[in-house]
Amino acid sequence: MIEARTSSSDNVLPPPVERYTVLGWMYKNLFSSWFNALLTFAALGLVYAIAKPVVTWAAMQARWEVVVVNIRLLMVGQYPVAELWRVWLCLHLLAAVAGLSWGIWVRGYRVLGVLVLAAPLAVAMAVSDPSARGHLIAVAVVAVAGFGLGRLAGKRIQRTVLTLWIAYLPLALLIVNGLSRESDPLRIVSSNVWGGLLLTLLLTAVGILVSFPLGILLALGRRSHLPIIRWTSIGYIELVRGVPLVTILFMAQIMLPLFLPAGIQIDRVVRAMVGIILFTAAYQAENIRGGLQAIPSGQYDAAKAVGLSGPQTMVLIILPQALRNVIPVLVGQFIALYKDTSLVAIVGLLDLLGIAKSIVSQPQFIGLQREAYLFVTLIYWFLSYFMAHLSQRLEVALGVGER
Amino acid sequence: MLRVSAQVAFLALLAILIGYLFRNMLGALRQQGLGLGFSFLRLTAGFDIGEFLIPFSRTSTYLAAFEVGLLNTALVSFLGIVLATILGVIVGVARLSKNILVQGLARAYIELLRNIPLLVMLIFWYTGLFLKLPRVNQATSGPGGVLLTNRGIAIPWGIPTQSFGTYLFVLAAGLLAAAVTALVCIQIGRRTGRGPLAWAWSLFAFLLVAALGWLALPIAPLTVDSPALQGLRIAGGKQLSPEFMALLSGLAVYTSAFIADVVRAGIQAVPSGQVEAAKAIGLKDFQVLRLVVFPQAMRVIIPPLTGHYLNLTKNSSLAVAIGYPDLFSVSGTILNQSGRAVEVITLTMAVYLSLSLLTAVFMNWYNTRVRLIER
Repeated sequence: MIEARTSSSDNVLPPPVERYTVLGWMYKNLFSSWFNALLTFAALGLVYAIAKPVVTWAAMQARWEVVVVNIRLLMVGQYPVAELWRVWLCLHLLAAVAGLSWGIWVRGYRVLGVLVLAAPLAVAMAVSDPSARGHLIAVAVVAVAGFGLGRLAGKRIQRTVLTLWIAYLPLALLIVNGLSRESDPLRIVSSNVWGGLLLTLLLTAVGILVSFPLGILLALGRRSHLPIIRWTSIGYIELVRGVPLVTILFMAQIMLPLFLPAGIQIDRVVRAMVGIILFTAAYQAENIRGGLQAIPSGQYDAAKAVGLSGPQTMVLIILPQALRNVIPVLVGQFIALYKDTSLVAIVGLLDLLGIAKSIVSQPQFIGLQREAYLFVTLIYWFLSYFMAHLSQRLEVALGVGER
Repeated sequence: MLRVSAQVAFLALLAILIGYLFRNMLGALRQQGLGLGFSFLRLTAGFDIGEFLIPFSRTSTYLAAFEVGLLNTALVSFLGIVLATILGVIVGVARLSKNILVQGLARAYIELLRNIPLLVMLIFWYTGLFLKLPRVNQATSGPGGVLLTNRGIAIPWGIPTQSFGTYLFVLAAGLLAAAVTALVCIQIGRRTGRGPLAWAWSLFAFLLVAALGWLALPIAPLTVDSPALQGLRIAGGKQLSPEFMALLSGLAVYTSAFIADVVRAGIQAVPSGQVEAAKAIGLKDFQVLRLVVFPQAMRVIIPPLTGHYLNLTKNSSLAVAIGYPDLFSVSGTILNQSGRAVEVITLTMAVYLSLSLLTAVFMNWYNTRVRLIER
């Protein structure tokens, strides 16, 4: 009997693989009924009607020199040219960490990897500035080196690389901002001259980093048993989530100087940062609360049973698990904030969008809004799309929702 | 005891912090020669607003300007929500199409729009599309007598004649007929268990009364007024400014991508066994959708949909970037004119907060109606 069973399980056939000829595939997916065929033709017509004018315009009529001439402004704004190496250094570090991670965790995806590597090289071919070209090629080289190291060391340096990721944002901030006013290697660069994509990314990074601890506090406050603390937290969170970001940015620009004691001045970028942080903290709190709610109450009981106090339970048992669950949502928040920072252009800051607004008013480029804004849209889209996919992969890798 | 003292300490700290900030603010305001108070709202505004639903001129008060802005926000949010829902449902269903081309297009639409900032899109549409339309004297005509120019879109519009007042009574009668029909349909449904489609029959009743009334009146209640080129301006019809069109279409298209994703997730959340079971007891395809899939999908769809409606309302404040006089944009002007930063910002935030709360309350009420009643 047993023998029969084993032999039959050996003989089990794999499920049949569906195979189609090209025509068969087209029939199944495009023309299976008259309605389906109608849809196919309507869709084809729509694609043609949209694609034809767009492609003609992009290839023939568009004057892309508005982007080419202003590329440095779009990327870093008025950041001093002598200090640009610091921005490049951040990019090299990012390439190194990304290469390491790719080497450790990613299997397959060869085509995508080659494409990601080819991107800086392709841009290097396109730019005219020799130092930018050198740096871009170096980025690709560093990434490849990191990839090789990651492949060789494998899982052994996993924890180090995770730490590097966590340390990356503060480190990059430090490098861009500088250390002291006098000493030369890392002189402070006033945030007034930060601009372009650099400013967009810095605002996002600061917003996420600083609002994170605030968000934890608010989330814990909202779940607190003490009514005054709970209602204060709820009030803050709902108030902030009920108003548009642009009103908060406006408030930060205009009312923040009023709130501070006389004589203290803070510059516009910092004011925008404060607004963004206050805004994001409320959303972070809700994300983290979601993570906290997913922790089964047995965890609390078990912690109590082994004799941990309330704060110990929180810090040692609950928060580590809750925060792990929240990581993909945090990446989502990062993406949302990355898009939302474009609103600082309304209060007059020169982020990626602000720079685009200012370059289309340059006298020689009047009327080239389409080119400038399309380029900006592409940058926003590319990074956001890339990060969104990364967060989906991260969710799988971390096994969120699985035990 | 510890809990009480901790809370008291917290409250005291909070009060001290707020008091400190408030004192600084009062000091700074005193230096500028300003006090606090809302009496300035009765002063004359002294600026013009391009678009208004209630009468407004530069001699109106700040309060009137505020109301104009609020109504513009309400108008654009309401129309935006309606359009975004229609577009979003279409794209969301297309995303689940068996036709791979339609599915791919819907997917590209969603992925493209979800990953760009709304503000960038609005500015691009406004400056790159609506302001790049031909000048007035070379206006292109679209389908149905629509005129497209860089000063706005002009559409045909009905002008009421002297019989319009009477026709309003006819419409009221139509509504009454629709209500009666709906009640009758529901009664039949209760008695036989196979009710006719209540909404379809009541709509039919309304349209029937409306059409009969239109034909019965000696003069048609509305005459169609088509826009036409007249020298250097467009005469007649209803003219929609490029700002309004850019904001409305931008908000609707952008939000529709998010709604489409919500709709897709909602439909996919209905277990396939439900569809199979419905087919097994002999329901037709449309009935399966209407009676089985849709009511269950609604439960999943409503909460995130509420969030996107709220987002759309809040996002309408981006109108300030393209110069449409919504609440936020008008507040900015009032702030510049009156210098009353604290009051204006507080008032604006309070209004947005109440709009959000109102929408949330309505959607929560609807949500409890469609919620699964567990036994």
